[in-house]
Amino acid sequence: MPAAATRTAVRSTPIPAEWLQGLVVGASVLVVVYLALVPLAFLLWQSVHAQVAAGTVAPLSLDNFRNVYARTGTGRLVADSLRFAIGSSLIAFGIGTLLAWTNERTNAPFKRVFFAVSIVPLIIPGVLFVIAWMLLGSPKIGLINVALQALFATDFVFVNVYSLPGMAFVDGLHYAPLAFLMMSAAFRAMDPALEEAALMSGASVASVAWRITLRLSWPAAFATLLILFVRALESFEAPALLGLPAGIQVFTSAIYSAIHRYPADIGLASAYGVSLLAIAAAGLWLQSRITARGARHATVTGRGFRPRAIDLGRWRMPVAAIFVTYLLLIVGLPFLVLLWSSFQKFYAVPSLDAVRTLTLDPYRFVFAFPSIARATLNSIALAVATATAIMLVTSVTCWIVVKSRARGRSALDVVSSIPIVFPGLVLGLAIMIFYLHVDVGIYGTLWILFVAYVTRFLPYGIRYNSASMLAIHRELEESAAMSGASWWQTFRRIVLPLLRPGLVAGWIYIAIVSVRELSSSILLYGPGTEVLSVVIWELWENGQYVELSALGVLMIVALSLLVMVAQRLGGRLGVRIA
Amino acid sequence: MLSVRALSTDYTDRRGASVRAVQELAFDVQPGKFFTLLGPSGCGKTTTLRSIAGLERPREGEITVESTVVFSAAHGVFVPANRRGFGMVFQSYAIWPHMNVYQNVAFPLVAGRRRIPKDEIRARVLRVLDTVALDDVATRDATTLSGGQQQRLALARALVLEPKLLLLDEPLSNLDAKLRERMRFELKRLQRELRVTTVYVTHDQSEALALSHEIGVMKDGRLVQVGSPRTIYGRPANPFVADFVGTTNFIRGAVTSVQSGSSTLVVASEIGSVTALATEPLHAGADVVLTVRPEDVELSETAASGVNTWRATVDQKVFLGEAIDFRVRIGERLLLARTHPRLSTRIGHPIHVAIAPEKVLALRAGDA
Repeated sequence: MPAAATRTAVRSTPIPAEWLQGLVVGASVLVVVYLALVPLAFLLWQSVHAQVAAGTVAPLSLDNFRNVYARTGTGRLVADSLRFAIGSSLIAFGIGTLLAWTNERTNAPFKRVFFAVSIVPLIIPGVLFVIAWMLLGSPKIGLINVALQALFATDFVFVNVYSLPGMAFVDGLHYAPLAFLMMSAAFRAMDPALEEAALMSGASVASVAWRITLRLSWPAAFATLLILFVRALESFEAPALLGLPAGIQVFTSAIYSAIHRYPADIGLASAYGVSLLAIAAAGLWLQSRITARGARHATVTGRGFRPRAIDLGRWRMPVAAIFVTYLLLIVGLPFLVLLWSSFQKFYAVPSLDAVRTLTLDPYRFVFAFPSIARATLNSIALAVATATAIMLVTSVTCWIVVKSRARGRSALDVVSSIPIVFPGLVLGLAIMIFYLHVDVGIYGTLWILFVAYVTRFLPYGIRYNSASMLAIHRELEESAAMSGASWWQTFRRIVLPLLRPGLVAGWIYIAIVSVRELSSSILLYGPGTEVLSVVIWELWENGQYVELSALGVLMIVALSLLVMVAQRLGGRLGVRIA
Repeated sequence: MLSVRALSTDYTDRRGASVRAVQELAFDVQPGKFFTLLGPSGCGKTTTLRSIAGLERPREGEITVESTVVFSAAHGVFVPANRRGFGMVFQSYAIWPHMNVYQNVAFPLVAGRRRIPKDEIRARVLRVLDTVALDDVATRDATTLSGGQQQRLALARALVLEPKLLLLDEPLSNLDAKLRERMRFELKRLQRELRVTTVYVTHDQSEALALSHEIGVMKDGRLVQVGSPRTIYGRPANPFVADFVGTTNFIRGAVTSVQSGSSTLVVASEIGSVTALATEPLHAGADVVLTVRPEDVELSETAASGVNTWRATVDQKVFLGEAIDFRVRIGERLLLARTHPRLSTRIGHPIHVAIAPEKVLALRAGDA
């Protein structure tokens, strides 16, 4: 224990640093435990209490669950949720794995450009992506339909995003980059000598792919699929914007509908929330089991000799075409359609007539409208505060988990990663219920959003900090202790500076996802505490498409600049973002 | 057995520029012999090995094994790795983590288009596991083995097909020092017993000297000397080989006279006149580098006489247990000498130096 090592026989008075350590550590643990456990407990409590008049003690019952599952239509809701989640995760996995394999193992062209562009969807908020795809794939005004109908002189509807396959396609497309990054890492982590050894044993290329490559990447592939599945279940934007108009309900959109009807049915929403939470938790538990078993398979690898890229030969150009199509679908078309619509007075399909009516009015509106300026300030304040708070608190808790020998440190590790199983909407719901019942004066203020964001993104902070914490050798701290430094001095002068690259990278990542956040905010905002993603949502509900597009274009440009600056800065600090 | 002719490879680096990895390489390995490619990292030795294996496709040249051409740029022949039937041990061992010890070794027997009866597979796997002393762990998970056991497992897998050629890519470099030394004996015993023709790649000169029948020293993609371990160590062809293989003293000088009819010559050097041995014809006036191994520098507290004797002072000494390294000063020059630890002359005291003329090699200056 470094702290004990600083206590020398010469000093006889109690050392304030010891108190400080206790204070800092204790406060951090309290914050984490409070954030992670309280809403969960309250949501569970709420879901097993029948709804009664406020102020009276509700009797314990399973009525809410009975109501939900006795109701006709719930079967369809569960089935549609699963179909949507399976469809979306398979689409994302299929696209992502194919791209990862070609990118890692073949001589396909544009590989470097492609990898750089793969982080762009991180920048485009989900709500904007879905709205852009409505403008592209709606049966009546969707650009793809309009163009193809003009081309073939027919009124056939080619694509319809207001359908279960449409929802799954849009959502899957948006999360393909996640599958791409995870599977790229899996392929890269595999020692190419494992494949070459099979080749030297006389196995054919197909046999190597089947018996070695596939078998070895199977744990990673299955884990990726599970994560995509859980994430699709938690997805809110596509089900709400595309599913609800078509009468398709999944868990998330059902929760939203239950809250947004009058009177709000919180018991029903909690029962849905707990069901969703249970499925998500089961999926993530299975995923962590597989990953742990996969770690056993890890082998000693020598200095990796880069595998020779597989020559695609005449398939090079077709593969390049797939890359270009993908980039068009995921970045090009959505951005262009928003850009087009942002220069219109009223939304119109591109045509020569429409070109003549180009206007800057939507942008004037965006800059003139006071609630947009306020929402921007709210978003920025929340992003900065959330990122800073999380990175500081998790740097302490990670130190306890990774470096100290404090009792209960593994429990702390488990508790602090609990929020990862919370779907954003369920977390918003839990926090909403809690602060409605326990009035500490933050309901309806920015503080409740701050609490929600910190809870939701806490696990990201842990991930960034514990990775860099593990890289700090124990002896660096011990030598500081031997030099006479107190625990606090060691933490502040040795640990924090060494953590800096991870802190900066994590801070930027959390700031970006905070600005994009919608599914928790949608239940927690109030008049005056709107954030940017909520404003986009409201503009959509009001039918102000062109203004929304202008705001979206500005947001994407600003976030892209932020990411570019961050990467430039990160390169200097030795940080890789995402 | 193995014949490599005019082999050249290149690869494209990150910027897309073409980089030459191996140039005009040629060597032969006789049947049953242990041939080592030795050189610093980046010299092209692994690329050469992978070209023989069929994991890289060279740009130029020809590779023949037992009169079968496995690669020929001129005739457009390239037998893929899985048809060459060679055994290979990778630096990382490449043990498949999803198979147990037995399954790892059996894989080459069941892969490809071979149809071998179950009983025979079993017999052959157990025999080869017995050879590498792993028969008692056959059903263990491959990832639970220690480093040395994994190394032997990789070797068993490479040997189970009784390959014409065994290729080893720095197989000992991931082991700790004690184990490495033991495996060195083990590997040598196995190779000599099985008489399998072996090509071995390493950057460790003592491994190369210990194991090989013949060594090819590589530098910047070229072979700079091929010879037996004794030749490589005792008669290096140029200063690079002398320096890379073992420790040596270099002394610059110029030839003053050549004794006709013998390869002995006299050189005017930084430490005065030296009688040395030439391995190639040199003329008077030629610039040379003299090389002397530290163990050939004889030190004594009593004066010596004759050619190649000097008076020196002890500059520094290092006690190594089985030997003692002295650094002595002759004029302005420092020389390294390794002697028996019984010599205990103190630092700053005078000492006498003698070097037998046949232990001083004169190499043409400026060579590699």
